[in-house]
Amino acid sequence: MKRWMLTGLVVAAALPAAARAQTVDVTVLAASCATCHGPGLRGSGAIPSLRGKHAVDIASTLRAFQSGERPATIMTRLSKGWSSAEIDALAAKLGSAQ
Amino acid sequence: MRDVMRARMRVTRRAVLLGAGATLASPAIVRGAAAARVVVIGAGFGGATAAKYVKTWAPATHVTLVEPAAEFVTCPYSNQVLGGLRTMASITHAYTKLARRVALVRDRAAAIDPDKRMVRLGGGRTLPYDRLIVSPGIDFRWGAIEGYDETAIQAMPHAWKAGPQTVLLRRQLEAMRDGGTVVIVAPDNPYRCPPGPYERASMIAWYLKSRKPRSKLVILDAKDAFSKQGLFLDAWKRFYPDIIEWVPVSKGGKITKVDVKAMTVEDEFGTQHKADVANVIPPQFAGKVARDAGLADPSGWCPVEPHSFESSLRKGIHVVGDATSAAPMPKSGFVANNQGKVAAAAVVALLAGKTPADATWNNVCYSHVTPDYGFSVANVIHVAAGKFAEVPGSGGISPRDADDKFRKQEAQYGDGWYASVTADIFG
Repeated sequence: MKRWMLTGLVVAAALPAAARAQTVDVTVLAASCATCHGPGLRGSGAIPSLRGKHAVDIASTLRAFQSGERPATIMTRLSKGWSSAEIDALAAKLGSAQ
Repeated sequence: MRDVMRARMRVTRRAVLLGAGATLASPAIVRGAAAARVVVIGAGFGGATAAKYVKTWAPATHVTLVEPAAEFVTCPYSNQVLGGLRTMASITHAYTKLARRVALVRDRAAAIDPDKRMVRLGGGRTLPYDRLIVSPGIDFRWGAIEGYDETAIQAMPHAWKAGPQTVLLRRQLEAMRDGGTVVIVAPDNPYRCPPGPYERASMIAWYLKSRKPRSKLVILDAKDAFSKQGLFLDAWKRFYPDIIEWVPVSKGGKITKVDVKAMTVEDEFGTQHKADVANVIPPQFAGKVARDAGLADPSGWCPVEPHSFESSLRKGIHVVGDATSAAPMPKSGFVANNQGKVAAAAVVALLAGKTPADATWNNVCYSHVTPDYGFSVANVIHVAAGKFAEVPGSGGISPRDADDKFRKQEAQYGDGWYASVTADIFG
C-alpha cells in the first residue's frame, strides 16, 4: 500500500500543473461546502444557493474571495486555504452538478 | 485490497468450518465479497455523517448505524436555548430520514472486538464488520473535580451533552432570583467546543440582562486564554459590562472541588465561590466504548492516521468526532461532520482496494453574543508531512474591528450553517 502511495506521489510530481489539476480529488472538499450551503448546495437562510452557477463563475468568484477583491465574512478566510487546482476542480464539480 | 482479501479469506474459512450445507444459509457468503459491511457507532455529528456519506458514495455497501437514542439533540445552538432564544424542539432532530438510507440499530455498542471485527450490542446481538467507524463523542472525567460525579449533575448541571441537562440548566436560570450569581466552571484544553463556554456565558447574560439585570455571571476558567478571546472580551465590555466576569487560572479560576449542598465551588487555593446556579463543565475524554476498545492513548483521546482517520492503535477501525486527538482541529460539530466525510471517503476507497485520496476540508465555528451579533473562527485543514495541518495563510478569526453589519451577517450565517449542517446529516 505504501509503495503505491509513493508511486502516486512521484507520478503527480512529474505531471505538468495543468494535467495535475485534473487529478485533484475534491470529493471531500465539495462535500465540505454542503456543511454551510446545505444538501444539494441549495443554501439556507442568509447562506446563498450555489445551484445553477456556471463553473467559470464559481472559479472566478472563489478567486476574487481569495485575492480579497470581493469582500466577505468567511469566504475570504476559507478560499485562501484552497489551491488553484482545487478551485478549478471544485468549480468543475459544483458547476457541472447542477 | 487487504479488506477484500480478508473478506474472501473469512468466507473460505467459514465455508470450511461450517460445511457446504451451512454456507447456503450464511448471508456473508450469499452477499459475496463485493458488498462490504460498514458499522458506525454513534449517530451524532461525526457518525451519522459518516454513515450517510459511505452509503452515498458506495450505495452497495451495507451500512449499519448503532445508536441508542431515539433522536439527536445538538450541542450547537443549545446555548441559545439557555438564552431563551430557541426551543428544545428546534435543536432536536429525528433519525427518520437517515433510517431510510442506512440500517439504524437502536441499541448501545457494548464492546468492540478488533481481532474478530465484531461489535457486540447491549442487547447481546453481534455485528460483524469489514470497516468500523467509531464516533462516540465525549465522556466526563467524574471525580476530576472533587465532589462532581454523576449525581452532582442534578444540582450543578454540565449541560455539555444537550438534552435533559440543557432543560435543567434553563429551568434553574428561570427560577433564579434577580441579583443572583451564575457560575460557569470552564475546563482546560482539550474539550468539546472550545468557544462553547464563552458563547454560553454570552447567551445566559443576554437572558439575565433583559430579565434579571441585577444578576452576575462569573466564569471560573482552568486556563489563561480561550478561543476568540479578544472578540468575546470586546463584546462583553460592550453588551454585558456589569454582568460577565472572567477569572483565568492565574487569578484563581481553576476549580478543584464542588459542594452541591452548599452550592459552592472551590479554587485550587481554597477560595470558595457561592453560586445560585452553577454550570460545571468538567474535564473530558473519549467516549467509553472507544477507550474500552483500546482506541485511546494515555491522553484519553484517540490518535488517528490523517489520510483515513483509521485508528493509529487498532487497524480496521476509524475514529471521528470529538473523541479524536486531531489538533489543530477543534472539537466542533463542523469538524466532526467533515471528519465523517473524510473517513467515509477513505473507507470507500479502502474497501475498493484503493489508497485514500489527499483531502482538504474546512471548519467554521460561529458564536453568538446577542441574537444579532456573531463572529467566527475558520480553519482549512489538509495533511502535510503526514500530520493534520492548517493550510498556511488560511482561516483565522473574524476581524476585531468589524462593523455591526459584519457581526449581524455572521450571526445570520451561523443560523444558516445550523440549518444546513443538520439537514446535511439528518435530512
